[in-house]
Amino acid sequence: MSKKQDDDLDYETTGHEWDGIKEYNKPLPRWWLWTFYATIVWAVLYTIAYPAWPGIKAATPGLLGYSTRAEVADEITRFEDANSDINMQLASVELTEISQDPDLNQYAQNAGGAVFRTWCAQCHGSGAAGAKGYPNLLDDDWLWGGDIEAIHHTIAHGIRNEEDMDARWSQMPAYGELFEEQEIAQVVNYVMSLSGEPQDASMADAGETLFMDNCAACHMEDGTGDRWQGAPNLTDAIWLYGGDYDTLVETVTYSRFGVMPPWTERLSEAEIRAVATYVHALGGGEAPAE
Amino acid sequence: MGILDKHKIIETNATLLLVFSFLVVTIGGLVQIVPLFYLENTIEEVDGMRPYTPLELTGRDVYVREGCYVCHSQMIRPMRDEVERYGHYSLAAESMYDHPFQWGSKRTGPDLARVGGRYSDDWHVDHLRDPQSVVPESVMPKYGHLEATLIDGEHIGDLLSTNAFVGVPYTDEMIETAQLDFRAQADPDSDFDGLLERYGEGVIVRNFDGRPGVSEADALIAYLQMLGTLVDFSTFTPDASR
Repeated sequence: MSKKQDDDLDYETTGHEWDGIKEYNKPLPRWWLWTFYATIVWAVLYTIAYPAWPGIKAATPGLLGYSTRAEVADEITRFEDANSDINMQLASVELTEISQDPDLNQYAQNAGGAVFRTWCAQCHGSGAAGAKGYPNLLDDDWLWGGDIEAIHHTIAHGIRNEEDMDARWSQMPAYGELFEEQEIAQVVNYVMSLSGEPQDASMADAGETLFMDNCAACHMEDGTGDRWQGAPNLTDAIWLYGGDYDTLVETVTYSRFGVMPPWTERLSEAEIRAVATYVHALGGGEAPAE
Repeated sequence: MGILDKHKIIETNATLLLVFSFLVVTIGGLVQIVPLFYLENTIEEVDGMRPYTPLELTGRDVYVREGCYVCHSQMIRPMRDEVERYGHYSLAAESMYDHPFQWGSKRTGPDLARVGGRYSDDWHVDHLRDPQSVVPESVMPKYGHLEATLIDGEHIGDLLSTNAFVGVPYTDEMIETAQLDFRAQADPDSDFDGLLERYGEGVIVRNFDGRPGVSEADALIAYLQMLGTLVDFSTFTPDASR
């Protein structure tokens, strides 16, 4: 307690007194009080300008006629309009010509990158390097074809899904039901020999006949696969599920059934073409087949 | 003696102060909450909404139990960036059968309001087992134990009738056949005609986790695969006043 405060007893009090304790009357600063009043006025005006007060059937719409839904619809339309010319161009030109037009190509690359990060990255990875069971899109190995037309078809219709009649479709039999365990081991050893992995040579020799009789129809006699059937190339040492002995035994025994959804329902044609252009340019895109 | 002078009576009487404070809060609450119950435009009617199937409802319970809502919202706000990323903004009607709703308040992971059909079942199995195997930058914990936990839907009828009690239109038939429908949805070889008849042709019948038996992963994936897919937005016209 400083001496000064003891002298302050003569200051005006509020008149309240409890057990001899008096309360100074020290009003709030004027600027604070007026700001407070202004916020009250602002709040009232706000409820008049914007939807607020509940009525019998609906709330008051507000003098400004503001609507969140209208705003988001306007906002979406604004961007659609701004891009409508180039989107129309993107959706109508020949797929092979997109990369020939620098402006269109740049737009498609950027738009496609955004589409990829939103819709594709969860399976193929944000850098498009894929994951076990989800193909790497950076390399030049393609299951269903790597030219722009093939990539576009795969994105538009997907793979082995039930929603799209044009989805790419094939199914490898589960050889666990057809082969003895010994036979599966032989075929796996043969498959490993195709890409030069260490294997048991005598087992592989025994597996060759089985491969020719059962696998060659899709994977071809030399094991290089067939893109019409989505049959992987077995000679390039690039593996979707893994190329070690145990994983290959699992693959042959139970088969695999990788699914990709169709995108025609969710994305516009321009968006599908943009992401096809983006994926094509990632590193492994092939020139169109003659 | 003006009315302002009488405040000393309230100030010096704690019980009276409490009563009046309570009164003020009550009036404020009523003004804010009551209109939501009678205003016609609080929840607009949309085609396609149906109660969750027994398996989906179980999956929803797993979702709540595991605290998925702590990191995932189910509420696409009406903003362009959200609509572009997640799809059409959420409607109140889409969570009308949720008790409690799963809107969430924070997104460590992405919004899940329209995750249905976006990924394959296999992806969900991989992702629940080891999220980093498909999304290396993810911080989501592993939920592999869900596929190892088999469930038989013993109390599923009770769960449905509890939901019916708070207003979800489950019929007596649905409650009676709950356990049957529960098993049928995860088994494409079963007789699931009754399930489709009761809940609609759009119900997805699959062995979601690809393993024999009904596991918690089956239920959770069944729930995730239908999220946000019920309303057909090609036939939906937004009413700007809502």
